[in-house]
Amino acid sequence: MTLGFGILEIVVSLAAMLSAAAGLTWVERRLLGFWQDRAGPNRVGPFGTLQAVADGVKLLFKQDWIPPFADRGVFILAPAAGMATVLLGFAVIPVTAGWSVAGHLNVGILFFLAMTSLGVYSVVLGGWASNNKFALLGGMRAAAQMVSYEVFMGLSLLGTVMLAHSFSLVDIVMAQGRMWFIVPQFLGFVTFLLAGIAETHRLPFDLPEGENELGAGFHTEYSGMKFGMFFIAEYAGIVLIASMITTLFLGGWLGPVLPPVVWFLLKTGLTICFFILLRAALPRPRYDQLMMFGWKVLLPVCLLNVAVTGAAILLFSPTG
Amino acid sequence: MDQTVVRSESIPKVRPAGSAPAPVQEVRDDVETLWVSRETAGDVLTRLKRSAPTRMMLFDITAIDERQRTHRAGQPDSDFTIVYHLMQFDRASKAPHREVRIKVALLMASLTMPSMVDIWPNANWYEREIFDLFGIHFSGHPDLRRILTPPTWTTHPLRKDHYARATEMKPYDLTEDREFAEQEALRFNPEAWGMQRRSANSDFMFLNLGPNHPSVHGVFRIVLQLEGEEIVEAVPDIGFHHRGAEKMGERQSWHSYIPYTDRIDYLGGVMNNFPYVMAVEQLAGITVPPRAEMIRVMLAELFRLASHLVFYGTMSQDVGQLSPVFYMFTDRERVFEIIEAICGFRMHPAWFRIGGVAADLPQGWDTLIRSFLDYLPKRLDEYEKLVMRNRLFKARTVGVGAYSLDEAIEWGITGPGLRACGLDWDYRRRHPYSCYDQLEFDIPVAQKGDCYDRVVVHIAEMRQSLRIIRQCLDQMPGGPVKADHPLTTPPPRAKTMHDIETLITHFLNVSWGPVIPAGEARACVEATKGLNSYYLVSDGGTMSYRTRIRTPSFAHLQMIPLISRGTYIADLIAIIGSIDFVMADVDR
Repeated sequence: MTLGFGILEIVVSLAAMLSAAAGLTWVERRLLGFWQDRAGPNRVGPFGTLQAVADGVKLLFKQDWIPPFADRGVFILAPAAGMATVLLGFAVIPVTAGWSVAGHLNVGILFFLAMTSLGVYSVVLGGWASNNKFALLGGMRAAAQMVSYEVFMGLSLLGTVMLAHSFSLVDIVMAQGRMWFIVPQFLGFVTFLLAGIAETHRLPFDLPEGENELGAGFHTEYSGMKFGMFFIAEYAGIVLIASMITTLFLGGWLGPVLPPVVWFLLKTGLTICFFILLRAALPRPRYDQLMMFGWKVLLPVCLLNVAVTGAAILLFSPTG
Repeated sequence: MDQTVVRSESIPKVRPAGSAPAPVQEVRDDVETLWVSRETAGDVLTRLKRSAPTRMMLFDITAIDERQRTHRAGQPDSDFTIVYHLMQFDRASKAPHREVRIKVALLMASLTMPSMVDIWPNANWYEREIFDLFGIHFSGHPDLRRILTPPTWTTHPLRKDHYARATEMKPYDLTEDREFAEQEALRFNPEAWGMQRRSANSDFMFLNLGPNHPSVHGVFRIVLQLEGEEIVEAVPDIGFHHRGAEKMGERQSWHSYIPYTDRIDYLGGVMNNFPYVMAVEQLAGITVPPRAEMIRVMLAELFRLASHLVFYGTMSQDVGQLSPVFYMFTDRERVFEIIEAICGFRMHPAWFRIGGVAADLPQGWDTLIRSFLDYLPKRLDEYEKLVMRNRLFKARTVGVGAYSLDEAIEWGITGPGLRACGLDWDYRRRHPYSCYDQLEFDIPVAQKGDCYDRVVVHIAEMRQSLRIIRQCLDQMPGGPVKADHPLTTPPPRAKTMHDIETLITHFLNVSWGPVIPAGEARACVEATKGLNSYYLVSDGGTMSYRTRIRTPSFAHLQMIPLISRGTYIADLIAIIGSIDFVMADVDR
């Protein structure tokens, strides 16, 4: 029975995830339209809500074209890898205390970090296998950017782990009963947010795509549903990072009056909107500026945060 | 009419030691025009550059195929004439404005001219253009290739014996052999572009940025030699947008060419009509009535606003900011509402006429403009916060793509790009045309000459344009909008309805076109992107004998390699965005 329930849970989570990611493409375009004084997609279905479906159908019916000069196997594998790692990352997210695929996993955070790190391969390999110079430049940017931002993404989470005494995400949420970690871990929150934007390569850190510079960057040669997978993986990545922020810093499902699942969705949704707002507002830094910012500003800040958190725990901990 | 005979005391300045005095040509504009021999041309140009109190810019080089020209009494024998146009750029705003035209006669037997690239680096593209379109060889030119037509092209289109229309040539046929040859000609060979394949410690990557790329603003190709993302060498390749606008000028009546000028700088609208009709009016000796002058200036400034708004938006988009471009296009729409109300068209109104403008202002034009004048400044304040004070925007543009004032003048940079280097040089002030001398405005400058400063100057210019438009609104004189002159095309309508002479003129002017007296004249304006001039040669016919369009964008693109070497691809995109060009303005 548990096995059956577990599978059902996985299927429901996956379906919810994918439709959320697809729906998010519509949400983003509508919100951007709203902020940019224009309509956005409003024709398909009520308020254009079925736009994502129309886009999906269009992508599915497009010719499945692989450039003759591409490295075929890797070219096909890359978008699938991107999709798979993001979806696997969701396994550890606890939507509520009782609803998560593997929320109690005692190395939950490490698993999440492992999955996001693997996600880099999708972008790098996609860029490499395309055998296109713009794609290659995009892939290289992705590799450099993600390696450097990976470093302090892990470090930025250490503070919460130290406060919660656990790597399990359910435990971390439970530990925020009295106070959300965004308060004691504000530096951690900010650095994780920045790393998360870099990780999902969203504007202003969308250098691997950098449409004004590299055409479409690493996915220049992709079309049809393979492009669609990169596309959905990016949005799934946003949902993943947003739910991670909710879980780690915003008290997860905890909240008064409303049922836990609503709180979780509300917090995640608002975080996602913030991501979209950033895209509407900010220009893109240059590649070397991004690197410099990562290594010279964010990394020291993260280390400082860990040191201060450690010192504070030592000082105030009753067992100390 | 502005027919100045060049004073004789100005000649010795350019006469090379020990040679006969250069013959002075009488022209209908105020440019000193001198003929020199091929042998002394280099010397004369060098002296002009060195001896000028400040700086001489090589403003333009062009050629005239003289073989079918009938009215050229008093000019030396010539089959092809090379025309060098120099302009003085002086810091002191009181100094008299000086422009010099140096002409060199070439005979069919030896169509060779020494290259002037050593004197002015920007002679490079101009000489290539003449080589391409006239088939004149420039000895000592470092890279004499075709520039506007494809490398496989065989003819020289601006020669008088060259066909001008598709109906005059055989149908185009792309055979397999020809297709193969064309394809082969496109094969990239780094050496042909002056690039090495590898250095001591690395193999270079060659990247073909364009002609179809989101950030090159049209069909423009830059071939990049890269080390990682760092640019070792950048070579611009233009000509994809070439439509033969100058050749069309020789096959359209003086009147019917006006709409073609709209499409040169397609963001500038009537700003393009301006120098063209002014040049024709100089040839015809027409004085435009004050109301028409002020309507022209007002519309030109509205188009400056529209063009600068597009520049501002696309510039911020080029560095990755998604939203401002939408706001600015919305504002530009407001400009177009006014232009549409006045002209009936939006982007290409073709609204100016020889001798005035097409019609009077419509009722209620002042309310429209007044509400716009109140609306835009607030929006500009908002954009200041959104774009110019954004730290990421500054990080991308401050110190990027900078050139000095000397470099700017060496390379023929005009307009906001020049003023961003600290020189308050504006043609509207230095050589006031139309009614600019009656209007008050400042000339915004910036000091560092980098991408950020170019944007700063553009924005400040928008506020000055608003100021000029407000003055036009308050001071708009009454009276006719067309000159009372037989060559005004079409003549004032009220008269055509009453006397037969004017009706006949009207009929002839709009069917054959007006017959403009023989002569030469150029008119120049401070266009949206820099100095735009039309140099017209009339042989006393219904069509121009030679139409030369000097555009700012052509000169500006030539400088890209100089300012982009050693930067990153992302910087190049910022540089391209900050130059403010449109390809139609480059290729014509």
